Amino acid sequence: MQIKLTINDKAVKWDVANDELLADTLRSHGLLSVKKACDTSCCGLCTIWIDGKSMLSCSILSVRVHGKKITTIEGLPQEAEEFARILSAEGAEQCGFCSPGFIMSVLAMKNELVNPTEEEIIHYLTGNLCRCTGYMGQLRAIKTYLGVA
Amino acid sequence: MFTITDLVQPENLAEAYQILTDKRNNTILGGCAFLKMGKKQINKGIDLTKLNLNYIREQDGFIVIGAMTSLRELETHPLLKENYNGILPKSVRDIIGVQFRNGVTVGASIYSKYGFSDLITAMLCLDTEVELFKGGRMSLADFLARPLEKDLLVRLWIQKTVRQATYLSFRSSASDYAVLNVAVSKLDNHWTIVVGARPSKADIAFGASEMLEQEELTLERIEEAAQRASEELSFGTNTRGTAVYRKALCKTLVKRGIMEVAACKSN
Amino acid sequence: MKSVGQSIRKIDGMAIAMGKPVYTEDLAMANALVVKILRSPHAYAKITSIDISKAESLEGVECILTYKDVPNQRFTLAGQSYPEPSPYDRLILDQVVRYVGDEVAIIAAVDEKTALLAMKKIKVEYEVMEPVLDFEQAIGHSSVVHTEEDLSCNFDIGLQKDQNITSSCHEEVGDVEEEFKQCAVVVEDVYYPQAQAHTMMETYRSFTYLDHVGRLIVLSSTQVPFHIRRQLARALQISSTKIRVIKPRIGGGFGGKQTGAGDIFAAIVTLKTGKPAMIIYDRKETFSCTTSRHAMRISVKLGADQDGFIRALDMQVLSDTGAYGEHAPTVLGCVGHYTLPLYNKTRAVRFDGKAVYTNKMPAGAFRGYGATQGTFALESTVNKLAEHLKMDPTELRLKNISKVGETFLTGHGVRLGSSSLDRCIAKGKELIGWEEKFPSRDVGNNKVRAVGMAITMQGSGIATIGTASAEIRLNDDGNVTLLTGATDMGTGCDTILSQMAAEILEIPMEKIIVNAGDTDTSPYDPGSYASSTTYVAGAAVVKAAEELKGKILEQGAAFLEVTLQDVEFNGSGVRTLSGDQEISLAKLAELTILGRGNLQLVGYVTQGCEVSPPPYVAGFAEVEVDRETGKVDLIDYVAVIDCGTVINPNLARIQAEGGIAQGIGMALYEQVRYDEIGKMATNSFMQYKIPTRKDVGKVRIEFEESFEPTGPFGAKSIGEVVANTPPPAISHAIYNAVGVREHHLPITPEKVFLGMKKLI
Repeated sequence: MQIKLTINDKAVKWDVANDELLADTLRSHGLLSVKKACDTSCCGLCTIWIDGKSMLSCSILSVRVHGKKITTIEGLPQEAEEFARILSAEGAEQCGFCSPGFIMSVLAMKNELVNPTEEEIIHYLTGNLCRCTGYMGQLRAIKTYLGVA
Repeated sequence: MFTITDLVQPENLAEAYQILTDKRNNTILGGCAFLKMGKKQINKGIDLTKLNLNYIREQDGFIVIGAMTSLRELETHPLLKENYNGILPKSVRDIIGVQFRNGVTVGASIYSKYGFSDLITAMLCLDTEVELFKGGRMSLADFLARPLEKDLLVRLWIQKTVRQATYLSFRSSASDYAVLNVAVSKLDNHWTIVVGARPSKADIAFGASEMLEQEELTLERIEEAAQRASEELSFGTNTRGTAVYRKALCKTLVKRGIMEVAACKSN
Repeated sequence: MKSVGQSIRKIDGMAIAMGKPVYTEDLAMANALVVKILRSPHAYAKITSIDISKAESLEGVECILTYKDVPNQRFTLAGQSYPEPSPYDRLILDQVVRYVGDEVAIIAAVDEKTALLAMKKIKVEYEVMEPVLDFEQAIGHSSVVHTEEDLSCNFDIGLQKDQNITSSCHEEVGDVEEEFKQCAVVVEDVYYPQAQAHTMMETYRSFTYLDHVGRLIVLSSTQVPFHIRRQLARALQISSTKIRVIKPRIGGGFGGKQTGAGDIFAAIVTLKTGKPAMIIYDRKETFSCTTSRHAMRISVKLGADQDGFIRALDMQVLSDTGAYGEHAPTVLGCVGHYTLPLYNKTRAVRFDGKAVYTNKMPAGAFRGYGATQGTFALESTVNKLAEHLKMDPTELRLKNISKVGETFLTGHGVRLGSSSLDRCIAKGKELIGWEEKFPSRDVGNNKVRAVGMAITMQGSGIATIGTASAEIRLNDDGNVTLLTGATDMGTGCDTILSQMAAEILEIPMEKIIVNAGDTDTSPYDPGSYASSTTYVAGAAVVKAAEELKGKILEQGAAFLEVTLQDVEFNGSGVRTLSGDQEISLAKLAELTILGRGNLQLVGYVTQGCEVSPPPYVAGFAEVEVDRETGKVDLIDYVAVIDCGTVINPNLARIQAEGGIAQGIGMALYEQVRYDEIGKMATNSFMQYKIPTRKDVGKVRIEFEESFEPTGPFGAKSIGEVVANTPPPAISHAIYNAVGVREHHLPITPEKVFLGMKKLI
């Protein structure tokens, strides 16, 4: 089936199978920042935005995003880079595999929460797993990014 | 690997129901978070997007929640934060993560009747009704007791009252399924104690609930009620905990729940 | 120092954080065949018939291979230096399947759907045998996991396959029994550190194709490219000159990727079909068909005199290696190697261990490599000893730990070159607030807070076996290329090795090009494991840089027509001491390579590993335990680390925090479990819970630098040692809180709860 959607501010028409998942569709169209790591909708690596909301692209049928606005990290070069720079200055990207999805969540959080507390930050990002860093460095980076103590 | 031969987006409920019951392997698509873990061979996947079932609103003395409302909307909606001490937002907040809750729907969470469900436990201690397209409106308790039958969950009706409520879940780690969950509520002098993830589905501890209505609440009385709840409900063993442990947790969580709700009143 | 000791951003940091296509799957050709594996549903069975005809005839199926189609040559997937200590006990596909998930057939098709459909159409009949599932029952079990005649070892590892014993080791100095008799206090206990899953975020994957001269190119998410090349050559029975293994960016390893997984299947498909092929293990396969940490039973007996000097130490280990013996003998040995030398007032030490085969997923290398398990057992026993001696556990450590210049009973006379462990303990005590908080305090609401601690060591490289070569070339434009076989798996070694080269050559980081992890172009390096890279590869880089610097000086002096004594190198060029003549590095490079020099300047060094100096950690945990539920909340974790000189503080800190988090997972949450027929019950992140950011509490890292005389800039390792302290320290804190000593990891709320019930 053909779907029309906006990918990173660009209108596209894509042919997708009825049981195709968005993460696969995005990867097949070269949006390789989208990583898959769990197969059970719980690691957060494939996080992208649909109409500005963070979602798991591995769990969404591509046919259902017809008419929607999709954003991946490729579509937020400036905003994402600003945070990525802080994250990597901290060394907290480590293997980097979970970073794109994590950054998409952080940016969504920044749009959604005003002056979040440490607890709110942690709560908002619980759905993003990381096995390398132990999360502390990510938290330091977020605090620097948001300018909170 | 799951497959979907066809995807349909019906324009109205009747059409959706028609397609759903047309063939055994026609299925409603909820948030689809669990879809890819299974091997379902779906003939027609029914997407309810066009039915506008994504809302939380007040109507006729009820809070009405559309089936396609996401758990995240449930978690953040002011109406639900303000009512019943925010029990519904509280019940879903530990489910995986924001991006998961943005996708998962209230309808699918209730309709699946999962034993581990956090939301069912919380909803069951409120005056919740389920509206099915074919089956009509019924209490959540009745819905849970019914055998599974193909139908469309349209919306949930929660009576708008000043019911005080709280939700507690016990998880071995933060984003795990609950080993046990408990919801306690009180309206006037009427208490409702619900225990879920036993690991079978949530149930009301009627005896314990009634015990609280009779006299003034002392710590002793609360502990007796908690004890009663742990005795009148059944508990099972799965990988997350043994029946013995669940029973003990039930006592503790019910006690804490009652105390929290009792404290609400005095405030 | 300008580069070393600086928190320099990883050179690949921005690319990987921004999701640039730099990992294996991103780089694979779009038309690669999809490789899938049909796996055994039985824990132990023999294939009696296998019919692939229906599967083969499906359109889009390119190749289906069974045990009849593979070379009859046993090998090991363990990524170890030749001669590998791990037994050659597996075939690419075997007629006998030895665990649920063992490979039965390899399917390659044009897409995933077709491959999966083909898999369904393969009909296999099995003769099911009784599996060995309980590792404590393995020795002498009526079922023997490996009966094949052609199983072989490169040297004696104490294998007795009829007994299901994969390897044995025994070490004894002094008369342990006699010493115990002399001791005022003797304590002992038995511990069960569990199997743990690595759960790196990027699952195992490999992409293979044939290049323009018909060589097999393997793009693999591996920690050990050179070992993979050797492994493939042996298993496929082709010359290793026909194979090139390239490691792109990889999404985590933690030791898991020190064992081959999948490469062999993609490779054989490419060889059979001539076509590019890619295998990606899904999460379930990654959990249930690769490797885990070795589950163990460890008995420890400790004796001390009245003054608290530990005089005798006895450790007995039974290790579950699962269906194949990857890393079985070495992990077993490391249980003792990396724990016993912590304490040095001993008069007698004994270590006895056996690794056994069972019909479960193989165990393998995992960060900590036996030390993690051994540390849990030994340190828990030391904490118990302190209690019996009525001594503060930190004081007991300070009294007994090995000191610089000392040798150890089983240490073959090697002197300890560096240690700040005493300072680590003191600093940790201060940070956690030990004096105020030890052992516990009631905080109301049925909750207790308590602290606990443990210390640990690891190695830095493998003594007498470890090696690394490094090459640094001066390019025609005055930049340099660093060639290394070390394999950055997110840890940042491409960066820190560059930092070391930059420091020696006195040039900025930007002038260094790193080319790493490619068996065609990299000088030999066994790979990144055994805490080797900073220490061994780092030393190679330092020496190669020094060699290059010497050559630059020589060449500069020649160009300036002065003697070597008259010139100095300042990073930008060579000049005379008097300062009147100078030649820039760029000019020197140009003249050397393009002009009259006729010699590209290269520093090339192979660095051995004579000793393996231990890094240390003192770990302190503060927990809050709910007396009514057994729930343990980790409030604070302090780890103070001696990794010698810290080359890059931020990267070292992240490594440490991540290792601690993995240790926290092992202490409290994670466990690989099997059901009654031997099928893994924890094959997803829904069932196997790694810590989320809500589960780790607060982790604080401090460094207490020492200076390791054999290390580059005084550095030792850090990657593994950081994983070891949480299980014993947290277990200790829980004991101090509620009196429950739980010896089976992980320490779940239910175990704590039931433990408390028993105390009543």
